[in-house]
Amino acid sequence: MSLPDVDVAGAARTRHPLRWVASIVLLVLAAQLVSLLVTNPNFQWDVVGRYVNAQIIGQGIFTTLLLTVIAMAVGVVLGVLLAVGRLSENPVARAACGLYVWFFRGTPVLVQLVLWYNLSYLLPEISFGIPFGPEFVSADTNVLITPLLAAILGLGLNEGAYMAEIIRGGLMSVDHGQTEAASALGIGGARTFRRIVLPQAMRFIIPPTGSQVISMLKATSLVSVIALADLLYTVQSIYNRTFQTIPLLIVACVWYLVITSILYVGQSFIERHYARGATRNAPQSFWSFLTFRRRPTPEVPS
Amino acid sequence: MTIPMVRARGVRKHFGHLEVLKGIDLEVRQGEVVVVLGPSGSGKSTFLRCVNHLETIDGGSIHVDGELIGFEASGGRVRHLRRREITRQRREIGMVFQQFNLFPHFTVVQNVIEAPVGVRGEPRGQARERAHALLRRVGLEEKADAYPRQLSGGQQQRVAIARALAMRPKLMLFDEPTSALDPELVGEVLAVMKGLAEDGLTMIVVTHEVGFAREVADRVVFMDDGVVVESGAPADVLDRPASPRTKAFLSRVL
Repeated sequence: MSLPDVDVAGAARTRHPLRWVASIVLLVLAAQLVSLLVTNPNFQWDVVGRYVNAQIIGQGIFTTLLLTVIAMAVGVVLGVLLAVGRLSENPVARAACGLYVWFFRGTPVLVQLVLWYNLSYLLPEISFGIPFGPEFVSADTNVLITPLLAAILGLGLNEGAYMAEIIRGGLMSVDHGQTEAASALGIGGARTFRRIVLPQAMRFIIPPTGSQVISMLKATSLVSVIALADLLYTVQSIYNRTFQTIPLLIVACVWYLVITSILYVGQSFIERHYARGATRNAPQSFWSFLTFRRRPTPEVPS
Repeated sequence: MTIPMVRARGVRKHFGHLEVLKGIDLEVRQGEVVVVLGPSGSGKSTFLRCVNHLETIDGGSIHVDGELIGFEASGGRVRHLRRREITRQRREIGMVFQQFNLFPHFTVVQNVIEAPVGVRGEPRGQARERAHALLRRVGLEEKADAYPRQLSGGQQQRVAIARALAMRPKLMLFDEPTSALDPELVGEVLAVMKGLAEDGLTMIVVTHEVGFAREVADRVVFMDDGVVVESGAPADVLDRPASPRTKAFLSRVL
């Protein structure tokens, strides 16, 4: 028996009728959405257009960004310390850091914010001194805890708990042989952490941290409950006066989307930086990314 | 009489209930190349890791160039050294690992200069010059700016050797340096090691390469089950082993 002589070069492509159906349904839905956006006068696009560049909105955005940056910075520094604590050989440090993470991850950040804001009910005065002993400095809590500080504490301390877990995961992903090689070369513990372990852990820390920054940007909107004039609070205070609720909320959404989009692009550049040496391909340069150039061909080991 | 480069006396080490080293005595003279052979699980790698205190020994003592490793003895009392002091001791002892353990985020030359610049405070320019000389010696000068993952296993291991040499160690420890390599890459690494031996570097090499032992070693030590079974000139241990355990091992690997 002989096999038939076949050439598959001109083979007909498989048809996917369901893909066509799904595409048509989605296109119809999209058309309806566009028609809603255009024809429904309640969107009040003219109001959106008027406020989207307003100076007062700009101030709200500034507060939102400031809060995001400071709270993230607090979170990252705290996260590194907590992660190192949780990986330390000292059982007391391990337990204390574990307890911190447990508490701050286990309670809603909104509750924490309100709690910091109302700290004066719990501690009318804040003082530093020896427990049960003399006090050195003391201050009125109501004066000390401004809405901004309450927001930084609430968001930053909460973020620290999440960052601790992200950083701990990153540190644990670095091969133990790396620390061993550094030890064998006589490199001290602190330098090994800073130069060898942390930069390698960054590859695993950056992607989830990027999503944390985006979450944080959005979470700052919670501070509107403690009367801090961020982006959301600013639009709220306008529409409480003018009753143009929907267009002003759209203004807020537009700006949140603009900022998260910028953050997303920034994240991919940072990821590329820390991918140094991780693959055989050279990392793509900023310029070649901008000009949509293909990645360079991999260098083959000789 | 000169002091030996390494003197191990009654070294004991256990992991949990498992006794890995049951009293190891070994001396290595200055400039001597000692190859340690033995089946896996014999404790030879563990012993090597004790010499630079990557493992803390549970009994006995190890001196390197007259200095007690990992401990301090004074006035009849012995105490553990602080981590900083152990780190200082390790700077004099180079180590090459089975898995190379190069720093993947550094280029080849950065790998080599990291310790001299970072912990010895050597000027960067001078360290780079020495690094290039060391890379030339291991035949990889043209790879100075490559990242480790762009290199073959044999090239990575040669970089690891250059990195260890950059600290100008008095003693080099090789922990199965060719076991993770494809067979055709073993030769280039052994050739570099042979060159170091000819230059008079004191070396302890844990390996399965009996051919290397025969050709390069001044002395071969056979370990099994946590003890040194026999030790002597390569020709004696490899061709006329006294112990049946050595005979059995050699018949398996040759």
